[in-house]
Amino acid sequence: MRIVFKTSYDRDIDLFKHGPQAFWYGLLVVIMVALPWLLSEFFLGEIINVLIWALAGMGLMILVGHTGQASLGHAAFLAVGCYANVLLQERLGLPFILSFPLAGLISGVVGALIAIPMTRLHGIYLAIGTLAIAILTEDLIVIAEPLTGGISGMFSPNITLFGFEIERYSTPEAFYWLTLAIVIGVLLLYRNLLRSPLGRAFAAVRDSEVSAQAMGINIALTKATAFGMSTAVTGLAGAMMGHFAGFFNNETFNIIISIQLLLMIVVGGLGTIHGAFFGAIVVALLPQAIALSRDFLGSTLGLGSIAIPGLESALFGLILIGFILFEPMGIYGRWLKIRTYFELFPFYRRDMFRRQKSYLKTERMR
Amino acid sequence: MSLLEIDNVTLRFGGVVAVDKVSFNVEEGEVFALVGPNGAGKSTLFNLISRFYDPAEGDIRIDGKSILNREPHDIATLGIARTFQNIELFDQATVLQNLLVGRHRHRSGNLITNLLFTPFVRSEEHLHREAVEKVIDFLDLQPYREKYIAGLPYGVRKVVEMGRALALEPRLLLLDEPASGLSVEETQDVAFWIEDIKKQMGITVLMVEHDMHLVSSVSDRVLALADGKTLALGTPAEVQNHPAVVEAYIGAPLENEKADA
Repeated sequence: MRIVFKTSYDRDIDLFKHGPQAFWYGLLVVIMVALPWLLSEFFLGEIINVLIWALAGMGLMILVGHTGQASLGHAAFLAVGCYANVLLQERLGLPFILSFPLAGLISGVVGALIAIPMTRLHGIYLAIGTLAIAILTEDLIVIAEPLTGGISGMFSPNITLFGFEIERYSTPEAFYWLTLAIVIGVLLLYRNLLRSPLGRAFAAVRDSEVSAQAMGINIALTKATAFGMSTAVTGLAGAMMGHFAGFFNNETFNIIISIQLLLMIVVGGLGTIHGAFFGAIVVALLPQAIALSRDFLGSTLGLGSIAIPGLESALFGLILIGFILFEPMGIYGRWLKIRTYFELFPFYRRDMFRRQKSYLKTERMR
Repeated sequence: MSLLEIDNVTLRFGGVVAVDKVSFNVEEGEVFALVGPNGAGKSTLFNLISRFYDPAEGDIRIDGKSILNREPHDIATLGIARTFQNIELFDQATVLQNLLVGRHRHRSGNLITNLLFTPFVRSEEHLHREAVEKVIDFLDLQPYREKYIAGLPYGVRKVVEMGRALALEPRLLLLDEPASGLSVEETQDVAFWIEDIKKQMGITVLMVEHDMHLVSSVSDRVLALADGKTLALGTPAEVQNHPAVVEAYIGAPLENEKADA
């Protein structure tokens, strides 16, 4: 067990609690940067996919995990970010370095505007309201065919950054490093948010709206800010998704994606940044894991190729149910417990984390 | 001019008159207590001052200015802090974070400076932390600083909520049943704290409380309410012996008992 001796207020404000923690995260960054030399192209592609999902997960986590507002409509903002990014490049000829942040900004502003009427709703009603937004967006993409290409979709151009062409297949390393840099940048901003007064205001709105109000927090403004930031980050993820996929249409960002996003942060661990990453690993790698194990089982058992339709969705559902029943704190909560077990060995007690409850509590005092 | 003026305030929920033409003034530097049986409208008055409800009639003034055109979140910026009868803390946050939320009205950063966590934001955080540490020292909360509210016992939560209100550095502190559910010793602590809040910090206190012992030991003036109506206003001793108050609490003496007396 480590006891941190604090001698200044900065110890509670700094990004890392103690030296060893900074070392381990530093090592992680070094390994992540070195990954293109360690992995094959196929697995590098999968890691890029995980990072993009984690980016989207961080976006949703700001809203659901830290501000306590449920959203089933975040696929809509992936779409807004994706289409805005490509349209800004193709129609206005903007370079990626401008179109990418602008796509995030547009998505954020749209989210904040939608939040103003939407956040008057609470709990399940808010979830249904945001669900409607997602469905509407899918249809809007079809209706706005001259702009979006409708059902026939759009191809995303190659990224040009400081004179370099970046494309998923011809320069996977560059695409990977670009994605990693974006994820680390957003991660740092997210950490800053959590240690600033604004982050505390978000948590206050999540835990008790009445007393947040009594402390002088403007509920409507705080919720709109949270929505805007959340949808901005999700928009950035959408822009990267567009470049990663190469082609997208109205069905790329369907309602299932929204549900997967929500599932991802619940499985990962609500209310923690780690949760977005753990969840992304599950959601992005599970389909590949299923495919690989199917091939493996088929060849070793001599069954040929087995295809079970709907297996992926069924497994996702099972995993979600399992987590809600047995580990509401998600993978990150489980990791904390395992770590505490070894730190305190042999003094760990089973009930140590008993009090921890879920964050989705938006209907109190209403 | 009084710090807080409640002027002829009436609030109705459908046919129920929760507060019925209540008027009183709270002067700067006093401890003012509201007493009365359950459903008398005491907490409702607090919620009116917090602007959670709009009164049907009457006016509420701070420093002579009406607050009825203010939003609920503006009330804290006027220097009014409050606690809640059924503790409303931020459960999934630490004691320290809860107290820091109390500093919300003193922050001056914006979205961009917060996200970049500029040196200015950091230095401001230091000042907030210092102010919060003073409150922690005052209320002896040191052992709980890093603890999550969800794991704390009731008595400590009660104190944390008072601390959060004090961290706001209010001029007027509204305490909704600060001693409910506390042991005799804890209630004694609350009494000392209220004395110090008034004398050392110069904060005016308006409180709702059922414990008459606490009320009579700390308050300068007491207002008794029943069914939303004013029964009596005066010193604790005057109010406690007022016939209307005795009647509201114990019931009216029977006719023949009156004759005997």
